[in-house]
Amino acid sequence: MIISDLLKETYSAILMNKIRSGLTVLGIVIGIGSVVAMISIGQGAQGEIQSRIESIGSNLIIIMPGFQSSGSQVRSSRGSAQTLTQDDAEAISEQVSFIEAVAPEISSRYQVTTAKGTNTNTSIVGTVSSYAQIRNLEIALGSFISDQHVKNLSKVAVLGPTTSNDLFGEGSNPVGQKIRINKIDFTIIGITESKGGTGPNSQDDMILIPLSTDQKFLTGSDYVNTISIQAQDPDSMTEVQNQVTSLLLIRHDIPISGTADFSVMNQADIVETASSVTNTFTILLAAIAGISLVVGGIGIMNMMLTTVTERTREIGLRKAIGAKNKDISFQFLAEATMLTFIGGVIGVILGWLVSLLITKFSGIATSVSISSVLLAFGVSAVIGIIFGYYPARRAALFNPIEALRYE
Amino acid sequence: MIEIKNISKIYKNGDLETKVLKDVSFTINDGEFVAIMGPSGSGKSTLMHILGCLDVPTNGKYFLNGQDISSLSDDELADIRREKIGFIFQSFNLLPRATVIRNVILPLIYSHVPSEEREKQAKIALAKAGLEESRFQNLSNQLSGGQMQRVAIARALVNSPSIILADEPTGNLDTKTGEVVLGTFQKLNLEQKRTVILITHERYVAEHANRIIHIIDGAIVEDSQNQQQRLVNCKIT
Repeated sequence: MIISDLLKETYSAILMNKIRSGLTVLGIVIGIGSVVAMISIGQGAQGEIQSRIESIGSNLIIIMPGFQSSGSQVRSSRGSAQTLTQDDAEAISEQVSFIEAVAPEISSRYQVTTAKGTNTNTSIVGTVSSYAQIRNLEIALGSFISDQHVKNLSKVAVLGPTTSNDLFGEGSNPVGQKIRINKIDFTIIGITESKGGTGPNSQDDMILIPLSTDQKFLTGSDYVNTISIQAQDPDSMTEVQNQVTSLLLIRHDIPISGTADFSVMNQADIVETASSVTNTFTILLAAIAGISLVVGGIGIMNMMLTTVTERTREIGLRKAIGAKNKDISFQFLAEATMLTFIGGVIGVILGWLVSLLITKFSGIATSVSISSVLLAFGVSAVIGIIFGYYPARRAALFNPIEALRYE
Repeated sequence: MIEIKNISKIYKNGDLETKVLKDVSFTINDGEFVAIMGPSGSGKSTLMHILGCLDVPTNGKYFLNGQDISSLSDDELADIRREKIGFIFQSFNLLPRATVIRNVILPLIYSHVPSEEREKQAKIALAKAGLEESRFQNLSNQLSGGQMQRVAIARALVNSPSIILADEPTGNLDTKTGEVVLGTFQKLNLEQKRTVILITHERYVAEHANRIIHIIDGAIVEDSQNQQQRLVNCKIT
């Protein structure tokens, strides 16, 4: 039997009992639809988390101080040690290869007030001009801190959009106005573009000032909290990480076997960890939805078994006029696969609509990817073949004499 | 040409053996119109199944056009049925919700005849079987019994088989329509020199053939030329 005949036979067989075919297809539609919708939720979450992580910068390596372990046995929290200095940052930028930019930073929280009397408590980050590049910061209004500002210990500040709104109200342009941090006046020179995100570590809620100004007037020391490094490309990140680690071990007089007083984090690792979490989450959701797909598949098998029994005489006749076993089994397999395929197409559309509705009404990010659509089609075809195989095999092995006598 | 030599068929049901055919031998030449007659339980259906390559004998040999087919596989038997045998059944066995044309085309689908050829061949076969052209696009369950049997005859003819095997073809028809169907067989036999094998339990029906093989309890009791063939006055359409 050639393909076009097979399709014609299948088409007329499916239309023979529209209600039964429709209900059976519905089982597959629900199965495939929920798989597509669930995967879209999982992938949406994954995309969201990844873009958040990537928004802190690209090809980013972050060095943070380790434990304060000198003297007593009691360790204070990670990152609290004052072991990293601006000199470390300069040494890294001079001696480590494959580096695009280096930005040391200090951050601490202060109460900030304005002349109008409004105030807020936010993190003040002292840094250098390359910070904007490393952290992917865009300037919405005014300009960013320049090398000149750092050199001159200028009292200038760049505000995050949330901070700006908190202090000056929505939609205002505070560039040129003054804010007071720790009793020192700073002139606002710029506002950064919003990056989204909330909470105490939001990149929208911070004030950036020149590193030298911060060290001189606010912290009064040479130490820095973090050194951010941007590698030239993703491939050189491991190399940069290794070079930085060995350089800092030497600079801090720590033997290779000793405990480093700093930690080096690679952005790729963070993304990977987060992805593995959301992947598990996606698989879990898809597996739950997959159960309904299996139930739909059993529905297909049930219907095919009924159809085969109903059409026993027809099978007998087809065999009598020369159909081979494989012609018969292909015919029923094609019917099952056609049902699941139709179910797959409608299911993908349904799943896609559901994910659109979820995004519209609950705000949860969803993403229907080509791969999940292909997966759905693949799975529905496989379901058709698996659950259609047994009924088709049964039909093929009918004895033509008995089948012709069947009442 | 059909040649069967000492064939027997034994059905086993647990320890119980039923010998349905006992040492049956005969030869049917091309162009003969043979009736195989016998009461129910005589083994004539089993014989028809073997002649129609739906079943193989337990012992003995069956040569169809010189080819030994007693030991072929299922698929090889299917090939023989498709190319050499046209079946006509008592209960017609048409696909109920398919058109007349589609029913007749069915064997051509399995023999890979190109689709543009099929309809032409089906129309020729329907004309030979004597169905009016106005019925060709009807659904087969809208036809009368006689018309259905003529569609079935056309379906059996469409592959130009060497043998037409009719199993109680008049069993579900009234006498008059049955007569017309038998007339069709006579016409096919006389005008187109087709080999027709008619299985029946009625002597009256068997007498339309020109040779009668009488079978009782799995053995041939009579095999003779029919001197008084009942010729139907062939007015088919």
